[in-house]
Amino acid sequence: MRSAWAFLAFSFVLCRPAVVRAESAGQSGGELHFCLRGEPKTFNPLLVEEDSSETIRYLTGGVLIRLNRQTQALEPGLAVSWKVSQEGRRITFRLRSGLRFSDGTPFTAEDVAYTMKALMDPQLHSPTGDSFRSGEGQVDVQIPSSDSVVVTFPAPVAGLERLFDQVAILSAHSPKKEMAVLGPFCVADYSPGSHVLLRRNPNYWKKDKEGKSLPYLDSVRLDIQRNRDIELLRFRRGEIHLINALDAEYFDRLQKETPSVAHDAGPGLDSEFMWFNQVPAAPFPEHKKNWFRATEFRKAVSMAINRADLCRIVFGGHAHPALGPVSPANRFWFNSSLPAPQYDSAGALQLLARAGFRLEAGTLRDSSGNRVEFTVITNAGNKSREQMLTMIQQDLSQIGIKVNLVTLDFPSLIERITRTYDYEACLGGLVNTDLDPNSQMNVWLSSAENHQWNPKQSKPATAWEADLDRLMRAQSSAITDKKRKADFDKVQQIVAEQQPFIYLVNKNAMSAISPAVVGSSPSVLDPHAFWNAEFLRLGADPALGAQK
Amino acid sequence: MSPLQKVAAIILCTIFVLMALAAILVPAPYARQFRDVPNAGPSAAHPLGTDALGRDSLSRLLYGTRVSLLLAPAAALLSTLIAAFLGSAAGFLGGWFERVILAVTDLSLALPWLFLLLTVRAMLPLDVPPMVSVIIAFLMMGLLGWQASVRVICAAARGVRDSDFLLLARSSGCKPARLLLRHVAPNLRPLFYAQFWISVPLFILTEANLSILGLGVMEPMPSWGNLLRGFEDFSALAANPWRLVPLILLVIAVMCFQLVLPSQEVTQ
Repeated sequence: MRSAWAFLAFSFVLCRPAVVRAESAGQSGGELHFCLRGEPKTFNPLLVEEDSSETIRYLTGGVLIRLNRQTQALEPGLAVSWKVSQEGRRITFRLRSGLRFSDGTPFTAEDVAYTMKALMDPQLHSPTGDSFRSGEGQVDVQIPSSDSVVVTFPAPVAGLERLFDQVAILSAHSPKKEMAVLGPFCVADYSPGSHVLLRRNPNYWKKDKEGKSLPYLDSVRLDIQRNRDIELLRFRRGEIHLINALDAEYFDRLQKETPSVAHDAGPGLDSEFMWFNQVPAAPFPEHKKNWFRATEFRKAVSMAINRADLCRIVFGGHAHPALGPVSPANRFWFNSSLPAPQYDSAGALQLLARAGFRLEAGTLRDSSGNRVEFTVITNAGNKSREQMLTMIQQDLSQIGIKVNLVTLDFPSLIERITRTYDYEACLGGLVNTDLDPNSQMNVWLSSAENHQWNPKQSKPATAWEADLDRLMRAQSSAITDKKRKADFDKVQQIVAEQQPFIYLVNKNAMSAISPAVVGSSPSVLDPHAFWNAEFLRLGADPALGAQK
Repeated sequence: MSPLQKVAAIILCTIFVLMALAAILVPAPYARQFRDVPNAGPSAAHPLGTDALGRDSLSRLLYGTRVSLLLAPAAALLSTLIAAFLGSAAGFLGGWFERVILAVTDLSLALPWLFLLLTVRAMLPLDVPPMVSVIIAFLMMGLLGWQASVRVICAAARGVRDSDFLLLARSSGCKPARLLLRHVAPNLRPLFYAQFWISVPLFILTEANLSILGLGVMEPMPSWGNLLRGFEDFSALAANPWRLVPLILLVIAVMCFQLVLPSQEVTQ
């Protein structure tokens, strides 16, 4: 206990001058505070699979190529340049020279080779490595000279260079193993359940325009806080400087109090959508399966939903009607020729009439006289989804469809949509972090597990699903981005026409940043608020940017 | 009847009349969404304002009162009857029967009911109409909410077991069943009433929690429970104090029920 007190006292002595410097100078230095929403499960950058570890990897990891979260363009990192060849199988990097890891170990081409071998080691089960696995065989890494590395994959990898944004280079020789890093910060202290303290990496290679070493900040303290209400309260008290992701309700609360701290970067990558269960073996009546398989029925339901109202009422205007599987935030891959969804109850009824449905005394019936009624499930406790469903209930009642709403705890919901298929329709969401369509292969291929409306098909059930399979495979093996884009545009077109997922809204990327933080520029891509962490600095606000 | 009891009775009657005449009195159907005026304050069209989806709060309150004031007391009655039977019998008979009942009570108090309820919800078919789902939820609350009352009633029955009047009745040749029904139970009646009225608000709040788990009253049907869920947003509550009306009504109703009850002295 005594040593703990001594450590705390020592930490205070160490930290305090940093804060004081930030207060007085408004220049470099200071400690940025914000919260992780869970315990980091690993500090090994190759094993990252959850948000907290991803935050630490982003702030500490040095990568060969960095995706600029604002321009969405690739920028040189540890590699000065790169070249993709052999139809996307090979990538050649030219490395920066004279760099050192945080512990002083020199950075060499061997480190890149070591990282790539570790990444692709099947024994490690690296989630990051999985995105590089395009075919059977070994990855070959050659070091032709001290400043270049050639990585050859057994099969073409679509969007190869973009994937390196997730690969933090490890040291092959450092005794500190993965704790020796090339990013702007390095892990200095970790107290489970309490915080992770990151200190500035004294050997970080990047400099600002004036030649000054980056990062400006001395340290970043990440407090582990699961409760979002407490996180918001701490922000309002000035105890933390930023909240990376806010929902609409919290955003509005903050905006009312202090408009300058709430930032809405516009439509994000996340989408909310609804789908009908088309699994042939699903345990509900055959006539309902026939409705759900009918394109006209799905399109009519889509047309009868007032998305503008969903955005305005449920998300307080901080969302946009979704056009398809890709958000407009994904500038390159978004198909801008897709038509905007129209709210048209009369048009929906015409479509339904064409498919043999008829409206009788306010009730929609199919050609056999069955009343059109179905149950939509969603996860319990998600207020915005419950509200969306309640609004959809009223929208569809206008065309005579009765919708029942059932909320289930998450494990029960997953059980129903992935194993028993005992549900009629479901409302869910997709948290998208990857811009490349390859990350959606497990959704669009008819044989995929996440082909949610009818998963794990032995052969495509419909012609348009066969087209989706063909186009997704074509885009993943195409050499040029132009060809890939053309193929994926067609995928988006088919999805918009067939509506297997009825896309509802794209939520905006919202964050809160204290006025004390200088240099912030929130982006729609994650991390929204600290993507340019090395350029952030603390201003002159005396109380950690307290909201007065 | 004291003047206070008369006032309480009048208030209760008024609430029940309003509840019964909800269909005539409400300004709009409880599920109808006036999407141009979400979160609106009180107005001539919407005397208690509107909720987040623009639904008339007065209509939802009156219909919600119907659901809660009929079903929460029904669940409370069921649980009190179970507790009264088990507790009085255990306390009166004593011995191994009492030990078994109390052991079962302790065991069921220790069970993670939340997970049991989640399992039950997962097993129920999805196409259950909202009203049936409401009845199932309250029935489950009634069947599962008796344990705490059993311990209290059992302790009181143990006290009555050794009383002089029971000794006299026993010596007069009264059978155990008659002793239990005619002598023990009437003496425990104030305790039954108390347990019943304690359970009513408890079940209303339990229903609110179950709604969050997908087991209570489902949208668009209102209940006091899901109206109280609006209190999750404290800042909105401070800005819109009229949203406190469901809570105020709950407090008034529970207080009035307890005032209208005959007191222990009067009953004895």
